[in-house]
Amino acid sequence: MTEAQAPHLEEVEVTPWREYFSFSTDHKVIGIQYLVTSFVFYLIGGLLAELVRTELATPASDFVQRETYNELFTMHATIMIFLWIIPTLTGGFGNFLVPLMIGARDMAFPKLNAIAFWIIPPTSILLLCSFFVGPAAAGWTSYPPLSLMTNKAGEAIWILGVILLGTSSIMAGLNFLVTILKMRIPSMTLNDMPLFCWAMLATSALQLVATPVLSGAMVLLGFDLLVGTNFFNPAGGGDPIVYQHMFWFYSHPAVYIMILPAFGLISEILPVHARKPIFGYQAIAYSSIAISFLGLIVWAHHMFTSGTPDWLRMFFMIATMVIAVPTGIKVFSWVATVWGGKLNLCSAMLFGMAFVSMFVVGGLSGVMVASVPFDIHVHDTYFVVAHLHYVLFGGSVFGIYAGLYHWFPKMTGRMLNEFWGKVHFAMTFVGFNICFLPMHVLGLQGMNRRIAEYDPKFAALNVVCTIGSYILATSTIPFVVNAVWSWLAGPRANSNPWKGLTLEWTVPSPPPVENFEEDPVLAIGPYDYGTPKALDFVAATLAPAPALAADSLE
Amino acid sequence: MKVPTAILTLIIGILITLASLWVSQNNDLLLPIAAASEAAEIDRLFASMMAIATGLFLIVQGALLYSLFAFRRKSDDQTDAEPVHGNVPLEIVWTAIPAMLVLWLGIYSFDVYQSIDSVGTMGSHNMAHQHGDMERVADADAATMVTDQGQMYSDALSQAVATETVEPLQVNVDGLQYAWLFTYPDTGIISGELHLPVNRPVTLNITARDVIHAFWVPEFRLKQDAVPGQVTHLNFQPTEEGVYPVICAELCGAYHGAMKTRSIVHSGPEYQAWVDSQLVANTSKETVAQSITVSPLEHHAAAMGLPHHLHKPHQSDLAQVDHAPSAS
Ligand code: HEM
Ligand SMILES: [Cu+2]
Ligand SMILES: [Cu+2]
Repeated sequence: MTEAQAPHLEEVEVTPWREYFSFSTDHKVIGIQYLVTSFVFYLIGGLLAELVRTELATPASDFVQRETYNELFTMHATIMIFLWIIPTLTGGFGNFLVPLMIGARDMAFPKLNAIAFWIIPPTSILLLCSFFVGPAAAGWTSYPPLSLMTNKAGEAIWILGVILLGTSSIMAGLNFLVTILKMRIPSMTLNDMPLFCWAMLATSALQLVATPVLSGAMVLLGFDLLVGTNFFNPAGGGDPIVYQHMFWFYSHPAVYIMILPAFGLISEILPVHARKPIFGYQAIAYSSIAISFLGLIVWAHHMFTSGTPDWLRMFFMIATMVIAVPTGIKVFSWVATVWGGKLNLCSAMLFGMAFVSMFVVGGLSGVMVASVPFDIHVHDTYFVVAHLHYVLFGGSVFGIYAGLYHWFPKMTGRMLNEFWGKVHFAMTFVGFNICFLPMHVLGLQGMNRRIAEYDPKFAALNVVCTIGSYILATSTIPFVVNAVWSWLAGPRANSNPWKGLTLEWTVPSPPPVENFEEDPVLAIGPYDYGTPKALDFVAATLAPAPALAADSLE
Repeated sequence: MKVPTAILTLIIGILITLASLWVSQNNDLLLPIAAASEAAEIDRLFASMMAIATGLFLIVQGALLYSLFAFRRKSDDQTDAEPVHGNVPLEIVWTAIPAMLVLWLGIYSFDVYQSIDSVGTMGSHNMAHQHGDMERVADADAATMVTDQGQMYSDALSQAVATETVEPLQVNVDGLQYAWLFTYPDTGIISGELHLPVNRPVTLNITARDVIHAFWVPEFRLKQDAVPGQVTHLNFQPTEEGVYPVICAELCGAYHGAMKTRSIVHSGPEYQAWVDSQLVANTSKETVAQSITVSPLEHHAAAMGLPHHLHKPHQSDLAQVDHAPSAS
């Protein structure tokens, strides 16, 4: 994008680095704090995954102790979910983008915002410290009574950690809800909002409704563990199934908390690089809301084999399958957006299109496991591990990467190197599929999950998975080097390198402290590519500061 | 010459359909053999889901791949594409098609679920009083097990056996860290392996001692959690003689991956021979039970240098189970 190098860049102010280590209330600083912290945990969680995969390279349990193995995948999943995907998507991208996209100067409650972030670093350090006492080893689901029996100290830390992270998530959700509903510029109705904001609206509602139930479950589990009550402990007459209901009442919606914002990012990225309006704006916007609502009533599909009564299984089966409809609408709309476009195949777009492609695989296997008779066979097998990684890695992580390549210039004022971006993409895409595709077959054939040792007949495919995981791990190197180098010394970005139409592209890169010098006025819909107005708009964003002379647009 | 779009679409549609049908006919490579009548039905469901999934997969990935090459921006072209915002008929079609597919799949799954009637109480709604999965037992002790079994017996008789002439074989399954214990209430046999006669319906009454386990035989395609304090059930009918793994599918501790045994489906006479041999050998059930279930584990654990409390021998529990069946 050489045309991106417009003049007048020297005036861009760069936030002093100390700001990022301070209790800043600037939503952009907080957003980047979230992004960087979470990425560090992604690397740690990835390291744990590599240890898990290394153990699984051979059928015998020979690389780590069996108990250690359980600790590894428990902490892997915990870190990936609670310290990487959720904080990055909601905290990181949500914070950085939402106020800019709706023309606000900050979040509704800037201090609450900072507190929500600053809960995370000490909590995550606490969680990591549990490695000194033996961390939780009962899976990230932490089902009692097992969770009450193994590694008590680690489990107690885990429970506390989850409660604190949940609190942070509730605070963030509340903040987004108010910000999106109350802080939009007056000329922006809900139906003029960028789709990422719709996605954040749906996500925040889920965070607010579902997370308290998780905290409740954790408090009760904590009592069972530490005080000896018997809410969930069958040894004293408690019911372990009640825990599962409470846990999944949060944790199923949690998968939408992990994927809806990624849907939002993709809905922003595809139109810009396809130079076409998003196809079916309202369908995409309302399907987010539908998914968020339906997401709340399908939790027991994680419990089809838990002795759940038949009528309940049937209800949850149908409800789960219904989610395929709004999800399908989104996928088809994305494909139609790309179709007939003029695709700029930069790294962001490649990750964006790969997101759609990989998410489809995860979505199709998702509908399959929704079918009770089939799920009875594959529940708790590698089929599910494959499914969840196609959704969470092929979906959420690819979405995050697409977002990072797309908004890096806005966040840092510098362009990322495209060549290394493509290398990163190719390695991630290939490694990911080599690692996770064979797991479907492993599960169908009878390999259960969460095991350190397995039947030797599964050895060959497991070697393939492990090799894939090493490629995946290596793929982060070009990204990290590229990001660090470009941030320090990359070519300067102008305010609108991709010629986007949403409001964040009207301010300088990186945006100044209060974002907008004067309240912006909506001059164009977020996706009106291909119209004469779009040309004017882009021309205006590239013009010398003040970036947006709103009146000159009409 | 340019091929008209309609014809092209038609050809692509036919190709995709053929590919989907091929996949649905040839996915048995993906699954282990089907050794129970229930498994065959689940495989048919799987086949049709694979067919649909293959079709949708090919459509979406095909469209994306095609776009990747056909709609790439020319380097000298700085203009935007045609501003298409939506297309209502198209959106209705692609909402309606998935909705119908999902509806069909829901009904089909429901149907399969009802006809396999493997798990839980689907067929028993006509019973005077139900004996559901969630039926709580204060303690899985001898007395409760016996009543539960009696009830299950009549349940199973009225449903699964409606079409069969044979009554289902009852087996009590007990999961403990890290072994499976099978008790045959009719004969009092206790075994560390599940022996079944071919072509006779079986009812498993499943519970656990310590933590949640899950009983799974991939070749039967059936799985059911073993929950402490509750009894859950599996009804099925093995159709293929052979030896199949019994796997614990719910994380149950450090040795979860090692918690497995075998399920052996015998011909009728062979099964009878096994029963007879067990009855002879079973003069002291306690020693048998111990030698089968506990010793291998003791051995295993000792070999791994595991502290002793990690693999409770459950002496007292064994004694309990031992008495239960002989009372019936
Ligand atoms: C480097 C890439 C990754 C690799 C190689 C990897 C590998 C694995 C493996 C092998 C397991 C199965 C452990 C078992 O069941 O025995 C697993 C579980 C899991 N992974 Fe990953 N993973 C990766 C990335 C991710 C990401 C990005 C997420 C995002 C949230 C994630 C979430 C999970 C979850 C939730 C589980 C389930 C753990 C459980 O069963 O308790 N993983 N991973
Ligand atoms: Cu077990
Ligand atoms: Cu287990």
